[in-house]
Amino acid sequence: MTERRRETPDTWTLELEGVDRPAGLPFRPGQFTMLYAFGTGEIPISISGDPARPERLVHTVRAVGAASAAICDTEPGSMLGVRGPFGSHWPVEHAAGRHVLVVAGGVGLAPLRPVVYDVLAARDRLAGATLLYGGREPSQLLFGEELDDWRAQGLDVEVTVDIASAGWDGSVGVVTKLIERTEFDPATAVAFLCGPEAMMRFSAEALIDRGVAPDRVHVSMERNMKCAVGHCGHCQLGPEFVCRDGPVFTFERMRTAFTVREV
Amino acid sequence: MKTMDQEIGQVPAFAGLAPPHLELIAGCATNVRAAAGDYLFREGDQADAFYAIRQGAVALELHVPARDAVIIDTMHEGDLVGWSWLFPPHRWEFDGRVRADTALIKFDGACLRGKCDADHELGYELMRRFAQVIIERLQATRLRLLDVYGVGTPA
Repeated sequence: MTERRRETPDTWTLELEGVDRPAGLPFRPGQFTMLYAFGTGEIPISISGDPARPERLVHTVRAVGAASAAICDTEPGSMLGVRGPFGSHWPVEHAAGRHVLVVAGGVGLAPLRPVVYDVLAARDRLAGATLLYGGREPSQLLFGEELDDWRAQGLDVEVTVDIASAGWDGSVGVVTKLIERTEFDPATAVAFLCGPEAMMRFSAEALIDRGVAPDRVHVSMERNMKCAVGHCGHCQLGPEFVCRDGPVFTFERMRTAFTVREV
Repeated sequence: MKTMDQEIGQVPAFAGLAPPHLELIAGCATNVRAAAGDYLFREGDQADAFYAIRQGAVALELHVPARDAVIIDTMHEGDLVGWSWLFPPHRWEFDGRVRADTALIKFDGACLRGKCDADHELGYELMRRFAQVIIERLQATRLRLLDVYGVGTPA
């Protein structure tokens, strides 16, 4: 690990360099690695860095359990184990001429940050580019300074939180409200969603209500991934293995899975 | 330049209202402007108006002793602000603070209540449209109650 930055009270961004892989780890936006602090087990973590800079492997990790807490506690100069990258990716390469809507909730902005980098690099070839970001409260928003940089580079950025005090000058309310008041042409829009499943489900429905085709709404699913190569079955979701066939799916493909109980 | 009834017809909640109803409502409406930090209304005050935001934003705030005011919701262009004028005891439940320089249509509540009493078809239309606004805000509040961004799975 070369660098560690605290994003929120419980979330850290970690930069890694490969000990035996100086050229880095080429990846596509949306892919994940299996990351482990030695002796504490491995967990799937989406890559949150710039796909154009594979020599800097970046993850943003929320410390919510023993494995993720051990990863976040790792000091720069120490070693972490990495397998990957694995999984499907956000189809940013098919977005030329379209209005890209990036809809993120909470730490779901981390897996979408590579999309933002790709979108900014391709901004001139897009009909529009908008980031709609919802969080619990201002102190839990990720990448605060970068949001301003992205605005300056031509990304329309709208942020809303569920809870705020009087000092907050942004929006308060659910992220679906941002979808309702964002200007875009549904016929050309393509949407990339990542966040809690309830947030993705209601956001996808709001986009479809606006006229976006379900096969142009992409979601990133999260399940209990163990092997990351579709063998162990821990992440099976109906006929799909999230680690191998996902984590990025079209909403059209996942629509029924969102309403299946006990999955 | 648009007439007031044309402006009111462009407020999403009033889209599709019959021209005679738009004219009746326009008779109770005026254009107003407010600067960032202004209060349109304060909790407990007599609710004798509601607003449609033409440009800008308004925050609904609740004063909580010993802490900063809590922002309950923010309203933006096209949104209606206020339904306390419609139901007794006609008192504002929250503070309404303007977020940025804002242009609004202000509707006189007493004037409109009188017209609704005299024209039940207008009253039904307004009640139906405000019910829709209330339902949408209730659904949004329910979603926020899920606290979906609370501690869950790692990224």
